[in-house]
Amino acid sequence: MNLKIHVWRQKSREAEGGFVTYSADAISPDASFLEMLDVVNERLMEKGEESIHFEHDCREGICGSCGMMINGVAHGSRGNGLATCQLHMRHFKDGDEIWIEPWRARAFPVIKDLIVDRGGLDKIIQAGGYISVNTGSAPEANMLLVPKAVQERAMDAAACIQCGACVAQCPNGAAQLFTSAKVSHLGLLPQGQPERKERVLKMVAVMEEMFGSCTLYGECEAVCPKEISIDFIGRMNRDYLAASVTTAKKEKVET
Amino acid sequence: MELKSKIPPGPLAEKWSKAKATYKLVNPANKRKYDIIVVGAGLAGASAAASLGELGYNVKCFVFHDSPRRAHSIAAQGGINAAKNYRNDGDSVYRLFYDTIKGGDYRAREANVYRLAELSVNIIDQAVAQGVPFAREYGGQLENRSFGGVQVSRTFYARGQTGQQLLLGAFQALERQIALGTVKQYNRHEMLDLVVVDGHAKGIVTRNLVTGKIEAHSADAVVLGTGGYVNVFYLSTNAKASNATAIWRAYKRGAAFANPCYTQIHPTCIPQSGDYQSKLTLMSESLRNDGRIWVPKAQKDTRPVKQIPEAERDYFLERKYPSFGNLAPRDIASRAAKEVCDEGRGVGPSGRGVFLDFADAIKRLGRSAIEERYGNLFDMYHDITAENPYETPMRIYPAPHYSMGGTWVDYNLMSTIPGCYVIGEANFSDHGANRLGASALMQGLADGYFVLPVSIGDYLAGQMGKKVAADTPAFTDAIASVQDRTSRLLSAKGSRTVDSFHRELGTIMWDYCGMARTDEGLRKARTMITELREQYWRDVKVLGTGEEPNQSLEKAGRVADFFELAELMCIDALHREESAGGHFRSEYQEEGEAKRNDDKFLYVAAWEYTGEGSEPRLNKEPLEYEEVKLATRSYK
Amino acid sequence: MSAAAAIREVNSKMTWAGNFYRSAIGKKAVMAATGVILFGWIFLHMVGNLKLYMGAVHLNEYAHWLRALGAPAMPETGALWLMRIFLLVCVVFHIHAAVMLTKMNREARPVGYRDRDYLAASYASRTMRWGGVIILLFVIYHLLHLTTGQAHPNFIQDDAYSNVVTGLRVWWVAAVYIIANLALGFHLYHGLWSMFASVGWVHPKYNSWRRTFATTFAVIITAGNLSFPLAVLTGIVR
Repeated sequence: MNLKIHVWRQKSREAEGGFVTYSADAISPDASFLEMLDVVNERLMEKGEESIHFEHDCREGICGSCGMMINGVAHGSRGNGLATCQLHMRHFKDGDEIWIEPWRARAFPVIKDLIVDRGGLDKIIQAGGYISVNTGSAPEANMLLVPKAVQERAMDAAACIQCGACVAQCPNGAAQLFTSAKVSHLGLLPQGQPERKERVLKMVAVMEEMFGSCTLYGECEAVCPKEISIDFIGRMNRDYLAASVTTAKKEKVET
Repeated sequence: MELKSKIPPGPLAEKWSKAKATYKLVNPANKRKYDIIVVGAGLAGASAAASLGELGYNVKCFVFHDSPRRAHSIAAQGGINAAKNYRNDGDSVYRLFYDTIKGGDYRAREANVYRLAELSVNIIDQAVAQGVPFAREYGGQLENRSFGGVQVSRTFYARGQTGQQLLLGAFQALERQIALGTVKQYNRHEMLDLVVVDGHAKGIVTRNLVTGKIEAHSADAVVLGTGGYVNVFYLSTNAKASNATAIWRAYKRGAAFANPCYTQIHPTCIPQSGDYQSKLTLMSESLRNDGRIWVPKAQKDTRPVKQIPEAERDYFLERKYPSFGNLAPRDIASRAAKEVCDEGRGVGPSGRGVFLDFADAIKRLGRSAIEERYGNLFDMYHDITAENPYETPMRIYPAPHYSMGGTWVDYNLMSTIPGCYVIGEANFSDHGANRLGASALMQGLADGYFVLPVSIGDYLAGQMGKKVAADTPAFTDAIASVQDRTSRLLSAKGSRTVDSFHRELGTIMWDYCGMARTDEGLRKARTMITELREQYWRDVKVLGTGEEPNQSLEKAGRVADFFELAELMCIDALHREESAGGHFRSEYQEEGEAKRNDDKFLYVAAWEYTGEGSEPRLNKEPLEYEEVKLATRSYK
Repeated sequence: MSAAAAIREVNSKMTWAGNFYRSAIGKKAVMAATGVILFGWIFLHMVGNLKLYMGAVHLNEYAHWLRALGAPAMPETGALWLMRIFLLVCVVFHIHAAVMLTKMNREARPVGYRDRDYLAASYASRTMRWGGVIILLFVIYHLLHLTTGQAHPNFIQDDAYSNVVTGLRVWWVAAVYIIANLALGFHLYHGLWSMFASVGWVHPKYNSWRRTFATTFAVIITAGNLSFPLAVLTGIVR
C-alpha cells in the first residue's frame, strides 16, 4: 500500500518543530506501524536524511516505550487496547494520509521528533508508588491471604505499562489514570495498607504539580493499551478524600 | 589467566551459608562511603541497586531507557519457579536444583544452581511483600502451575505478565531508594566502556543519549546487569535495544567471556512475514499443551490446509518422540522444526514455518475451553497475522530467545576483573547449555536481591580508601577511546545503513551458528563475519552528529560490538566438538539426537581477550559433579 | 509585611480544609458537593414552577409563601435571603474551583495537537466549561428579568405569573430561556454522573445506576424547564 505521512520533526527540546511530509510507498499491510516507520527511515537514510526518531523497544506492547498520536488518537488503535507497536498497517487503507505527532503535555517536553521526556511519571512513583519493604525482611508468602477477586482487581490496575497515552489523550493533560492505577494496585492489597493514606496524599501532590486535573472525559480509558478502567480514578479520589480528612496535622505530608 | 571459581568447600546444601558466614563485612557506618555503579535495571540490576541502596551503599544506576521500568525483563510472560512445594507434589530445593542441572544438559555449576534453588523461595516471599499480584487460589493462597516440561507444579505467575509484575516490584523498590537519596538514577545513559585501574574496575564511561555528552563515573565497584545478546541474530524475541555492549566492553578490558555459543532458540514464535520484519514475537510455550505440530508430507505443498488429508500430514514431533510428543524440550522441538523446513516441507509464504494446529483440541474440548485457556494468545496471534487460529492452524517457527553464555563470574558473581560483578542473563549463568522455562526470572532476582548485595561486601571491605577520581588518566583515556570510536562511526560516511549490516550479520549467524552448526559452516561464517565487519567500518552510514539524540549512532556502536561477539560465538561453537543443550553440532549426534562428550568438554569455556586482531585465549573451568550423576537426556 | 508574605502567613495557618481545597481532587469534591446542592435547588425550582400550569393564583401564592417562609420567627424574606446567601456561596465555590482547574488544565497542555480526535468524551463533557459560562450569564439575566425586573419591560412587583407570561411571550426571550436550559441539561448530564467519581462513589455494581440517575434527572429538569417558555409561546399558558 502507498501512504502519505505527515510527521512532526523537531531537532531538540529548544528547536522549533514542524510537520514534514513523506511518502511511504509499497508498505506491506502485515507490517506493524513501527515497521512502516522503519522502512521510511531506511529510505530516508539512504537518501542522506536523518531518520525520524521515535522511542520503541519490546515491540510487543509491554515495555511502554513507544507511543505517538496517530491521526489525533494516542497509539492510533481507536479503542482496541493496542500500543503503537501492536498496530498493524492493515488498519489503514491504501492512499491514506496519516498525521503523526508526539505526546503533548507540559510534563512531556519533546526531546527529538516523536520522543518526549516522560520522567514526570517516575517522579509520581518515587513519591510513594511502592510498599516499603527491605530485601530479606519479607515473611513467608502464604502467611498473607489475598482473596482471588481482590488480587484480580489489583492485577487489572498493575497492568499499566506507563506509556503516557492517558496523559497524551486527556484534553487536560492529566495523569490521573496512571496514578490511580498504582494507588489502586497497592491500596487494594493487604500488603499496601500500612502506607495507604500517606501514599495517596504524596502521589497526588506530586502528580498535581506537573499534570492537569481530571474531568472524567473517559479519553484515557479509551486509548489505554491495557484497558485500565477509569473507575480506578474514582477509587483514588475516595482514598484521597478519606486520607485528607483523617490525617492529622502532625502527619502533614511534605512533597 | 587463572579461573578461581571460589566455590566454598563442604556439602552442597551448606555452601551458601558457609560463604555468607565467611564473607568480610562492611561496617554499616562505612557503607555510605562506598560508591557502587549498577548498569542496567532489569530484574537483576533493579533488584541489586535497590537492595544495595537499602544496605546503605551509595549507588548510581545507569539505564539507556527513559525509565528503569522499560528493561526487557518486562516482556517475560510465563512465570517464575520456586521450590515452595505448596502443592505437596514432592518438590524440594533438591529437585529444582536437579531439574535445572539436567535441563542445562550438565554444563552448569552445581554450587551455583543449588544456591539458586535455595533462594527461589525467598524471591517469592520478597515479591509478595512488595505487592506483586501473583495468581491466587479461591482460599487466598498462591496459585501454581506446571511449566517447561517438569513434573511438579512450582511456577508462580501473574497472568501472562509475570516478568512485568516482578520487574515493577523491583522498580518500585528502586524508585523508593531514589526518593530516599541512596540511589542516583541516570536514565538515557548508555555505558560505552569499563574503566580498569591497576586491574580493578573503578568506573564506567557513558554517553548521555540526550546531549551526546561522554562522561566518566568512578566508583568502588561496578555491577553489570545488562541482559543477553541474542540480538546478534538481528531477528530475535529480544527487545530492539537489547545489546551486548556493556559486557563486551568488559570483555575487552579483561573479563573472560564464558560459553558464548550457548544460545537458546525458542520453538513457538510467529514466523517472519517479510523483509521489513523488525523482531519476532514469542507465543507462550503453554500452547504446546494442546496444539499439534505438523507439516505436509510432500515438499512445497501449497494446498489450503483443509485440503491436505490426514494421511498426508506429518506430525513430526509425535513421530520422532512418541513419549514426549509435542512437549519435547525447547532445543529439541526447535531443531526438529528446522529440519522439516530444510527438507522443503515448511509452510507459509516463506517456507519457514510449521503448523500448530488446535483443530483436534477444539473438537475434543470445545471452542470455549480453548478460548478460556489461550484466548489472549489467540487474540495476539490474530492481531499480528490477521489469521484466525480457531479456523486455521497457527504458523510457528523457532527464534533466538535467550543467551545462556555471558561474562564468566565466580561463585560470588565477580568477573575476572576484580570489582566488576555481572548478574542476571549477562553472566554465563546457572543454566548451563540450555535454560528451562520460568528459570530466567528466578536467576535474575536471586542474583540481584540475595547474592550480589551480600557477596560484594567481601570485595569492598578490602577497598577502603582506594577510590580513583574520574579525572585521572585511566578515565580520560577511556573517554578518549570512546570518543574516537564514536567519531570513526560518524566519519565513515559510507553507503549502507546500520540496520542493513545488522540484518546481514543476523542472517550469517542464523544460517551457520543458529540451531545446527557444522565445522565447515562455522569456518565459513567466521570469514564472512570478518569481511562484513571490515566493510562495516569502511562503509557504514551514520547520519547526524554525536552531540544530539542520535538513534543511528546508538545502534552503530551496538552492532559494531555484535560483529566481534559473533566471531567469538563462532570460535566457541567451533571449538566445542560436541552437542549440548542449545549448542548442536551436526557432526555430533546419535540417531538425530545431541551427543555430549563429557570426557573432553565437561568444562566452562572462558575466553580471554588478547588484543585487536589476535586470537582469544581459551581458559577452562572444569565442571565437577559431586552430587549429580551425568546421564544422557532422552525424550523418546 | 508584604502581600505575598501575608498570604504565606495565612496559608501556613490553614487547616486541613485549606490544604484540601488547594488540591485539584479537593476542588473537584467541592464542585461535586456544591453541584449537588445547586442541582437540588434547581430541581425544586423546576417543581415549584410547575404551579404555572395551575394558574396565576397558585403561582403567586407560592411565590408569596417563599418570601414569607420562616415568618414570623424571622423577618419577611429572612429565610429566603439565608437560602440565597447559601446558594451564592455554593455558586462562588463552584465557579472558583472550575476556573482554577481550567487554568491548571490549560497550563498542563500548553501546546495542542494539529489533529485530535475524541473516542469517549461526550459532547456534554466537552462543553462543561462553556456550558457553565452560559448558565452563569443566564442566571444573571434571569434574576434581572424575573426577580428584580430591571430586564423586564412589563415587570409587575409581586405578580410572578404575569411576569412570566409577558416576559416569555417575547420570542427571543423565550429562545434565550430554551438555549440556556438546553445548556443546563448537558451540564447536568455530565455533572450528575461525574460527581460520583469525584467523591469516589464508584463501584462496578452501581456504575450503571449513576448513568441512569444522571440521564433521568437531566431529562426531567430540562423537559420541565423547557416546557415553560414553550407553553407560553404556544399559548397553552396565557
